[in-house]
Amino acid sequence: MKERLISFLLFLCALVSIASLAIITFFIFQAGLPLIFRVGLGNFLESSLWNPSGDPQSFGIAAMILGSIWVTLGAIVVGVPLGLAVAIFSAEIAPPRLAMLIRPVIQLLAGIPSVIYGFIGLTILAPAIRATFGGPGLSVLTAALILGIMILPSIISISEDALRAVPSAYRDGSLAVGATRWQTIWRVLVPAARSGIVASVILGMGRALGETMAVIMMLGNALQVPRSPLDSATTLTSNIGLELAYASGAHRDALFATGVVLFVLIMILNILANIFTGRVTFWQRLSAFRPAVFNGRAAWRRRNT
Amino acid sequence: MKRQHSQLVAFAGLWFAASLTIVILAIIIMYILAQGLPYVNLEFLTGRPLEQGREGGIFPTILGTLALGAVSLVLAVPLGVGAAVFLTEYTRPSPLTTIMRFGTDSLAGVPSIIFGLFGFIFFVTRLHMSWSLLAGGLTLALMVLPTIIRTTEEAIRAVPVAYREVSYGLGASRWQMVRTVVLPNALPGIITGIILSFGRAVGETAAVIFTAGTALNIPTSILSPTRTMAVHFYILAVEGISLQKAYATGAVLIISILAINVLANALITRSVSRAVRR
Amino acid sequence: MLFLTKARYMRIHIIWVSILLVGALTACGPTTQGNDQQLTLTGSTSVGPFAEQLAERYEEHHRGSKVNIQALGSSAGIQAAAEGTVELGMSSRHLEPDEEEQLQVYEIARDALAIIVHPSNAVTDLSTEQVRRIFTGEIANWREVGGHDAPIDIVTREAGSGTYGAFEELVMDKELPAQSALRQGSNGAVRQIIAGDPDSIGYISLGIVNETVKPISVDHVQASTEAVMSGQYKLVRPFLFVQRKNATLSPLGQEFLSYVLSPEGQQELVQAGLIQGADAQ
Repeated sequence: MKERLISFLLFLCALVSIASLAIITFFIFQAGLPLIFRVGLGNFLESSLWNPSGDPQSFGIAAMILGSIWVTLGAIVVGVPLGLAVAIFSAEIAPPRLAMLIRPVIQLLAGIPSVIYGFIGLTILAPAIRATFGGPGLSVLTAALILGIMILPSIISISEDALRAVPSAYRDGSLAVGATRWQTIWRVLVPAARSGIVASVILGMGRALGETMAVIMMLGNALQVPRSPLDSATTLTSNIGLELAYASGAHRDALFATGVVLFVLIMILNILANIFTGRVTFWQRLSAFRPAVFNGRAAWRRRNT
Repeated sequence: MKRQHSQLVAFAGLWFAASLTIVILAIIIMYILAQGLPYVNLEFLTGRPLEQGREGGIFPTILGTLALGAVSLVLAVPLGVGAAVFLTEYTRPSPLTTIMRFGTDSLAGVPSIIFGLFGFIFFVTRLHMSWSLLAGGLTLALMVLPTIIRTTEEAIRAVPVAYREVSYGLGASRWQMVRTVVLPNALPGIITGIILSFGRAVGETAAVIFTAGTALNIPTSILSPTRTMAVHFYILAVEGISLQKAYATGAVLIISILAINVLANALITRSVSRAVRR
Repeated sequence: MLFLTKARYMRIHIIWVSILLVGALTACGPTTQGNDQQLTLTGSTSVGPFAEQLAERYEEHHRGSKVNIQALGSSAGIQAAAEGTVELGMSSRHLEPDEEEQLQVYEIARDALAIIVHPSNAVTDLSTEQVRRIFTGEIANWREVGGHDAPIDIVTREAGSGTYGAFEELVMDKELPAQSALRQGSNGAVRQIIAGDPDSIGYISLGIVNETVKPISVDHVQASTEAVMSGQYKLVRPFLFVQRKNATLSPLGQEFLSYVLSPEGQQELVQAGLIQGADAQ
């Protein structure tokens, strides 16, 4: 009897946990979809006129979508080469002690609250960019540079795992036929780890796309389609964060509708990442936070079988 | 010769990238600490803020952060551990577990502002919780749930099958086995998940600001609005209320995160060394 | 070591029990000592800082009372008061007709909007028309209004904020700010951007102006309490507390409201740079 009750309770825990995702999805869509239907999906996505306090109101998020794309791609341009380089370094050429040092550094980088990154962008980088290149300083460039650093942990740890997972026969074979270590890395290991690396990039994009408060601080939030990296812009997330507190009525609905678009984009990225890796494990997603204890799991398996 | 040369260049680049990453991290941390630590003292940590934080300390925000983290964990830990036990010990892989896994994985990838939107429309507005510890805690609980479920699952899987078999062999029921063998052995892993979740609660702003609010008072009940350290830092920094206090709050934040990381790592190392000893 | 020794088993048990205990305490602890009185005000980020100051002062005189201020925006405050989520909402804009039907309004103060620039900026006066044309982007260089040769960085507020609403009504004449205008979420944030950017212009509450920025005169009138009282300075908006009609305030709510409207409360607000409200006693 007691056993039955306990297994039922545990089942209930599992059910509630999964139901939460369904409930979140349901409520976001319920709050946002009616407005999308009223405005028209095409209009909502293609118009760049956002004037919720006007008469008549107009809700077009094209400028924000483009802002999100600019900033996300910018972060990728900054973060991917650096992150991939660190991953290769750490997996292949770092002295073991240094490699041991890099993991906690990455963990810490992932743990620093995003508002601190935003603050650095706002107080150090933005004035420097204004002084060097002109413009308002709060710009796509500022946000991309800082977001590029913020996505490093995802990129480094997932790529590093992918590189380490390449069977050592590949490495040995390549070296045996006379390739240098660098040729082996670049021509054999990186291509072999390609799917994991691509997944790391996609998940990094997800992180950049989803970041909110730091972007509000660094991007200046102008409602325009940016034409240069020195222009200010608004992203889907930063507009929600900036306006939610003030919004009421249709304006609030429009922010939830923006949330719907963001939600769909993130889900597409998740599915893409899944396709590229077969299955991105949860730990890869939590990337930098993967505790070493679970590496012991494989060892256990070996010992127990 | 040319091949050696290009390898040299490439390796130099890799060394450079790695050092750059470490240097960037060092700069961020050192900068905030150097600017902030001189203003961190007992008064700052235990005093209440005056003039919206221009003067005084950050005590209410420290309490707010702890309380919010505690509320979210109290809600998420039993649920998450229960769900993980169910998934690993009470079912075989099935469509249900696949859906669950997809669900938790997706939940982990959802940006925090979406959680903020949800908490705002559902807990704050629909359920009339207003901006409160409870609404914020519930929102954060949903956010950390995937972390707790998956850390617990992994930790449980790391418990050798032989342990279970011996326990069954001695006549234990399933729950007795779980309670006396699986959970105790998985405990370090579970605690690691809890600590990491707490870290997320400490650093989060987007989901918290719209659900727990920004009130600067010491929360007195589960329905009080509150302001966490990260939110306080955000407001001080963005509104230019006081850069000095912003740096000081930032320094306290960074040290908290450092401490949480060190704690998590220490636990991990301990459990690994124990695993190896066995 | 296949089985847990008894000692270790006990220890682990203790850890679990203490986790649960800590959890239970944090969950239940605070609610049991809830005999203090609490009041929460929600609304305008412009009113927020001043309300916070009043709350601080009020709590000093009334130990055991807690007044929480949630600065989330005028619309949020109006809505929360109308829905009954909070007793009192704060607004820095006039109510819409449909809102007015549901709510009782108290004008606790009036606030002037100051047009601010970087302290190094040579421009000291602009006409309302010039301000409007700067914000619409028609005037894009400081040179055109007698300043230095540099493109103007416009800083505005986000749609829905009371300050934006007031500026829209008082200056913009139905026109939208230029698309390149930076948007910030509060008076303080605007001030911070202006203080750091020599080419910028923005608008904030007169009470928030400090030495890091320079307020300029509009139509040759410098923003000041006197100029507002005499009616010379035109960029003025109300600070309101709103309450659901026919709803009775809690004793604490009633008392706090009376304090805000009392001479002491008004004195506080005036010292902070605001102007006495129409409903002051």
